[in-house]
Amino acid sequence: MSDNASATRITRGNALRPEDIAVSGLKPSDEVGQYALRLGDDALILAQRLSWWISRAPELEEDVALGNIGLDQLGHARSFLTYAGHAWDKTEDDLAYFRREPEFRSAHLFEQPNGDFACTIARQLVASHFQHELYSRLVDSADETLGAIAAKAVKEVDYHKDHSVQWLLRLGQGTEESRRRMIDGVKLTWPYVEELFEDDDLTTALAEQGVAVLPSELRESFDAAIAAAFEQADLTVPTDPGASGGGRRGHHSEHLGFLLAEMQVLAREYPGASW
Amino acid sequence: MATTVAHRPADPEAARLWDIAATVCDPEIPVLTIEDLGILRNVETGPDGVVVTITPTYSGCPAMDSIRDDVTTAMVTSGVADVRVKMVLHPAWTTDWMTDSGKEKLEEYGIAPPTGMAAAGPVRVGLSVKCPQCSSLNTHELTRFGSTSCKALYVCKDCKEPFDYFKVH
Repeated sequence: MSDNASATRITRGNALRPEDIAVSGLKPSDEVGQYALRLGDDALILAQRLSWWISRAPELEEDVALGNIGLDQLGHARSFLTYAGHAWDKTEDDLAYFRREPEFRSAHLFEQPNGDFACTIARQLVASHFQHELYSRLVDSADETLGAIAAKAVKEVDYHKDHSVQWLLRLGQGTEESRRRMIDGVKLTWPYVEELFEDDDLTTALAEQGVAVLPSELRESFDAAIAAAFEQADLTVPTDPGASGGGRRGHHSEHLGFLLAEMQVLAREYPGASW
Repeated sequence: MATTVAHRPADPEAARLWDIAATVCDPEIPVLTIEDLGILRNVETGPDGVVVTITPTYSGCPAMDSIRDDVTTAMVTSGVADVRVKMVLHPAWTTDWMTDSGKEKLEEYGIAPPTGMAAAGPVRVGLSVKCPQCSSLNTHELTRFGSTSCKALYVCKDCKEPFDYFKVH
């Protein structure tokens, strides 16, 4: 690894090195790497979306809250991507900045535009509940590193979940306008829920080995938690059919390309730059 | 709770090295050492030199990079040539690892220390956070997310001052 391998280090030689994060010190198989890549991409794309809110949220405290949540997501992304990168001798930055859109494995939910604040909250509601269900089971993974990252992440996602539910209640039971916007936000978000719980060959194979969590197995408890929150907010969970997904296979909506262009421009324009 | 630092090695040489690493302070909260925070987990000497193990507070905590550098600098300054700082995620850090003296230092510094122990499940009872300025318990959470990931922003309803609360995690 050259001195210039990281674009995000604060000073020379300062980047988190792969060996710092991988507690097992083992090189994951290609399959485990692919799985870690999915989770890392979800978190990375969400982090990028959330950071947009800094200076634009409805109140100063909310700038801080969404900024903090984005930072937590970025932390999770760094751990997952560093570990995934071990499989192919790549750094977290190689994976974040130098992959093209079809090479990303994030689900469509995470790339959905911020919309208004209520729309972002609807996305956060789904994202945090999904991640919480996933990480709280992934702590028992047969893969020690995935388990360790999940154990760390679940404590943080717990706050994210609480944050989104509090806003769901406030907006849902607030003014006529806030309620209308919350309902709209939920309606726009819900078609992207389906994809999160789809199993495929990779998750099936890894779940059999006790490494991955089968997404479909998370659905029941996710639905129960969401239903409880909606009931409290006096809102109805949409029943609209799911949109076509395919993010795990690299098929993305038009939104991801724009997001990546913004996220990657500096690293691509000045390879090896540090700040 | 007793203030014990469970991981300080018994071996005199390792304990000496531990004490050197333990001089490093958190860049965000300079009154606290990494030992106070419970970030410093282990110091051991082996064939490849000294290995210092630290556990990040939060996954995205930007202070970890500078803490790593500071630990290395502290070691090198004390004549330890070959030192490596290892970051370990498991077991995940908890505020339960913070020392009592660390909590006292926090309060003196104007940050309310974590109240109670981290719970396995959700705690829905609102626990009072004591204002570090006037010691009133009549305080209110403005936002669970504060100036850094580890803090929440509170305001005291008696002295009207806002303050940071180091949240239980």
